[in-house]
This record gives sequence, structure tokens and C-alpha cells, in this order.
Amino acid sequence: MLELRKDIFADERDDNLKEIGKPTQRQDMLGHVTATSVYFNDHKLQGMLHLKVLRSPHSHARIRRLDLSEAERSPGVRRIIRGADVPRNLNTLLSLINFGKDDEPALAVDKIRYKGEPIVAVVADSEREAFEAVAKIRVDYEPLPTVFDVEEALKPGAPVINETYPKNTFTYHDIYDHQKIRFGDVERGFAAADHILEQRYQMSPIEHAPTETNGSIAAPDTNGRYVVYTSTQALFFSLDTCAKILDVPSNKLHFIGGTVGGGFGGKVDTVTEPLSILGAMLTGRPVRYMIGREEEMLYCAPRGAERIFIKDGVSRDGRILARQFRCLFDSGAYTRLSSYAAVKCAAHLPGPYTIPNVYAEVYCVFTNRVPATAMRGFGVTAVDFAIECQMDKLAHLVGMDPMEFRLINAYRDGDMKAHRREAKNTALIECVQVAAEKAKWPMRDEFKRMSSLKDVGAPRAATPAPQPARESILVNRPAGQQRTVYDRPAPPPPEPIRPTPQPPLSSPPAAAPSHGAIRFSSVFGGRRR
Amino acid sequence: MAKTPLQFRHNGRDVAMFVEGGMSLLSALRDEIGDHSPKFGCGQGGCGACTVLIDGEPVLSCITLAETVAGKSIETADGLKTGPELHPLQAAFMDNFAAQCGYCTPGMLMAAKALFDRNPDPSRVEVIDAISGNICRCTGYEAIINAILAASRRGARRA
Repeated sequence: MLELRKDIFADERDDNLKEIGKPTQRQDMLGHVTATSVYFNDHKLQGMLHLKVLRSPHSHARIRRLDLSEAERSPGVRRIIRGADVPRNLNTLLSLINFGKDDEPALAVDKIRYKGEPIVAVVADSEREAFEAVAKIRVDYEPLPTVFDVEEALKPGAPVINETYPKNTFTYHDIYDHQKIRFGDVERGFAAADHILEQRYQMSPIEHAPTETNGSIAAPDTNGRYVVYTSTQALFFSLDTCAKILDVPSNKLHFIGGTVGGGFGGKVDTVTEPLSILGAMLTGRPVRYMIGREEEMLYCAPRGAERIFIKDGVSRDGRILARQFRCLFDSGAYTRLSSYAAVKCAAHLPGPYTIPNVYAEVYCVFTNRVPATAMRGFGVTAVDFAIECQMDKLAHLVGMDPMEFRLINAYRDGDMKAHRREAKNTALIECVQVAAEKAKWPMRDEFKRMSSLKDVGAPRAATPAPQPARESILVNRPAGQQRTVYDRPAPPPPEPIRPTPQPPLSSPPAAAPSHGAIRFSSVFGGRRR
Repeated sequence: MAKTPLQFRHNGRDVAMFVEGGMSLLSALRDEIGDHSPKFGCGQGGCGACTVLIDGEPVLSCITLAETVAGKSIETADGLKTGPELHPLQAAFMDNFAAQCGYCTPGMLMAAKALFDRNPDPSRVEVIDAISGNICRCTGYEAIINAILAASRRGARRA
């Protein structure tokens, strides 16, 4: 139960809480409509220099030799920065909370692991001169075998992408190569099921594409401090990350930000600040490093692409008896925040449903793709997409209304979740009821009366009590069980499912030519109008 | 690099400067005049954050060469207010919560002003058409469209 400690700061608090339900003006709105809100790039400092980076044209390659001689003589160049100039040139974002090993350099030294990885930074009087000098840098690359697919990356003998993680998987608690959930016995659940549905879901990387690209301006301040104007979404996180990479106390850095031209998760990675501050340290002048639009779209971290396999066992009366997950997070070449996303994913499984037998494994996998990062519910959004597609297909398979199918399987207060925590404050049933009403979706009275509260409304479909262990349970599969591939037309149910007549459902989509990945549009193939 | 003298009107005032060949109007406004109201979003004419008016017509200042506006009148979002008074569009954007991150707002305002200057009574479809070159990545389009309609004569009549 949530306890509000109203005795704390009692003399400073206004208990007249009545903001909810009425519009309140944003404090930055006047600045926005008068175009006077100050974004990082609206600072013009005296003697400001410009920083641009050389990015790798390869996805995986060893750097044999770096020739900077021509670039150093290029007009307007003030300083060229290499990996060796970065005080602590290896970091991982979540090391600030002791999660994960340092695995990513600010500037690549011996090897590049994704296309667009920065190798050398040039600080020059103008952006044009910085670009011209970057074009004069000569690099001798030795291309290495690449891996762009999470399943390929997990195969024995796959090229090692990030030497910090030689198995191409993030390491949890120093020993585990994935997150796992074990609850009940999925094999027994599958054996008891009337239908088995196995599906594969694939998400795409999504670029945040903020209208203001990532960037920062750093300038020497008095007392040996540096003031940093930045687009970051995570001001203090970014400050501490820079303090670590640059090996200075955090009180040497003064970050100014908060006015962000769109972030959506794409401005938490601290990609520009370490280099602009280092540029200011090495030149004694303000240094601006703004990511270009093309760089933002191609080389800044997107939402991670996740591949999710779900195998469900369902009874013909609509109960999910077992659910098995295998989820592969494409982290790209470095961890950034994907390790955390995989934890969130595992915490969210098996969705808001009570399922007596759950088995899950969630991997954070390294590939030669651009590192993935935070984006709007990352870790949960993709798995919800997969789960809810699966729920629609299961409902279709057993010939039930998809809303009612969800209600039958919804978790309720007092249910035991797969994480062995009792479900509290559940509200899926009420949400589905309201959604159905708003959508004018017909729902029978017994379902309208259901409630998430214990012992209220119609009883939930009983889940079977654990059965005694049997030998060779897979051989003793019930005679009527269907091993179903959804993408083929499902066989008609062997017996009437419900006492009440059901509106007709359209047949499943035709077979996909090669694999089980489905198109989004087919999700609602069974929707009734 | 040789520089070219350039004069134009900026929000009703005459300005003069020397510009490098290839300098964009956006750069001239931001870096030479110090008017930071037009924003850099893409540099490719794709997002509309840099929208300004040249002789009343909305243009993308990031892909307009500065030299081409000699003798012309440039309006930016910085010139919308009259003294301390907000332009009706600015007031309507505030009242209708038509900004989130605010980065597209100056461009949206100028695209809307160009519409009002030639058609003070636009339909919803005409409003949508007028801002079709401006991206709001926060996807606040409904609020923006409603704000522009509220600021129009039609909206004023309703109020």
C-alpha cells in the first residue's frame, strides 16, 4: 500500500491538489511561441571552434594505420583528436550504476565495430574547414567478417564483435549470458494443450529523428571549469559520463540544458559532449560539435530491433496453458542501454495474463549494426507487439472473440505471476471492457460483469491443477491436439466451443512463402465489423 | 574567400552584411544577424524548421542562397510580436497547447502566417496543406491545426 508521508515538509507543501483534469500551461510555452527558447545551438560564443569526426566506412574492420599528416596541414585546423587523447577511452553508459562492463571507446583505436563509428575528431575554425580536414585523413583498414543477424551472432564460430563480450551476448551478474524465467512446467502445459501455436516476430530499428539533431557546445570557464550547453535528455547522467571519460571531478563540469528539440530516447547516449569538452580542454576555446542530419539518421542509435519467438499451448476453451519465449535483442556493436531493455522485457513477460507454465530466455546480442538505445518503452513495446499479435491469433485459432479471449486469460488481483509475485492493482479486464465499449465492440454480459478484483463477478476459467509427473509425457500427448502453424489455414475446431453462437470469423491469411514472420496488417484479419 | 555585400529588410529593418559564396539564408540570419528564431533541422529542405517569409512567401531558408534575397523583405518568427503583444497566431498556439519541444514552432508559425496573409479564413484542409512542409516530430499536428484555425477569422467568429 502506498503511504504518503505528509508530515515531511508539512509547512512547505500545498495539500490543495487539484491540477488533475484541467489544463495547465507549460512553463516553456511563451518561449516556444515567441521563438526565444534557447536550444544548445542558439549559443554563439566568442572564438567558437567546430568539431567534426571521421566515421568508419566499414561495419567491422581493424585499423592498420592512421595518417593524419595531410589533415594536420589543412587550413583552419586547430587540433586533431585521436582515441589516445581521450583520458579514459572506454565506457559503458550504465557503469554509473555498476551495470555492465566498459565496452565502447569515444574514438575507435584498433578496431571499428559498426559503420559510422567515430575514429578521429577534427577541431577547426569553421565547419567547412573541419569537414575538409576530415576528408584528408587516410586510414588503412583491414575488413573483418561481419554479423548483422542476432541468430547468426549466437552461432558457434561467429565472429567476435565486441571483445569485452566474446560470446556476443551481454553478461548478467558476471556469469549469465541471458535473462531467464522458469515457472511451472511448459512441456507439461504443451502436452495438455489442444493447440500449439509457434510464431516469430521481428521488430525494425526505428530512428528517433528529432528535429534538432544531437549536439553540444563546451567552453572553458573560470576556476578550471567547463560550461557545456547540450541537447541531452539526461543532463546529470551525461555530466557524470563525461566526468568519467575525461577523468575529471564532476564539479569541473557545468552542464546547461533542458531545452531539447525532440529526444524520444535518442539523446541519452552522451555522444557529443565528451568530444566537445575535450576539444575545449585541448584548444582552450569554445568548441561546438553538432551532429548533421545524415549522421543522425545513419549513425545515431535507433530503437533496437528485437526478434521474438513465442510458443503457446492453448486449450480449446480458450485457456493459455503454457507460454515459451525466446527473445533476441539486437544491441548493435555496443551495449548502450540494451542490457537494461532486456531486463525490462523479462520483467514484462508473459504479458498481463495468468499463465500457469512460463519459460523465457531473453538475450542481449551484439552485432555489427549501429548500437541501439532507449526509445519510448524500449524492451516492452516490442514484446507487447508480439504478445498481442499472438493473442489475436490464439483467439482466432480457438474461434473466440479476441476481447473475450483476453478477459478469460487476464491476470487478476491475487493471481501468481511468473515472477512469483502476487498480482496487485490489476486493471486489464476493466481496460478491455472500456476499450470494447468505446469501440462499440459487442461483448456478452458475463464478460461485461467480470472484474479484476478477487471474488467479484464471473469466475475466471479455472487453470488446471499441477498434474503428477509422468514418464514420456510428449508421447502421451492427447489424441486431439493440433500442432498448428498459423500461417496455414487452421483446421476447424473438433467440437463446438461455446454454447452461444459466434459471428463468423474470416479465415487466416494465406501461407507466407518462407518464414513465420507476419505483416502487421494481418494482425486484425479476424476482426469482426 | 571573396565576400559579397548583401542588403535586405529583416522584420521591417534594413540590414547589411558581407556573405561568403554558398552561404544559406538560414546561416545569414542566425550567424550574421543573430536572429536565432529560424532553426536548423536538416539542411536539406526536408523538415520546415527553418521556414521564413520572403516577400510574404514561405521558403526554406536552409536551401535558399543568402545572395538571392538582396533587396527583398524577410520575415521571421522573431518579428511576429508587436511590442510586447503576441501575434494572434502566437496567442492561439499558447491557448491550444500547440507546442511540445518547440523546435518546429517558429517554422509552423511562419507557414501559418503566410497562409493568413493571403487567406485569413482558411478551411481545415487549407491549414493542413499550408503546414504540410513542416514536420512536428512530437506529432502534435492536431493541436497545431486547431490553433491555426482558432486564430483565423473563422475561429475569432466562434469565440
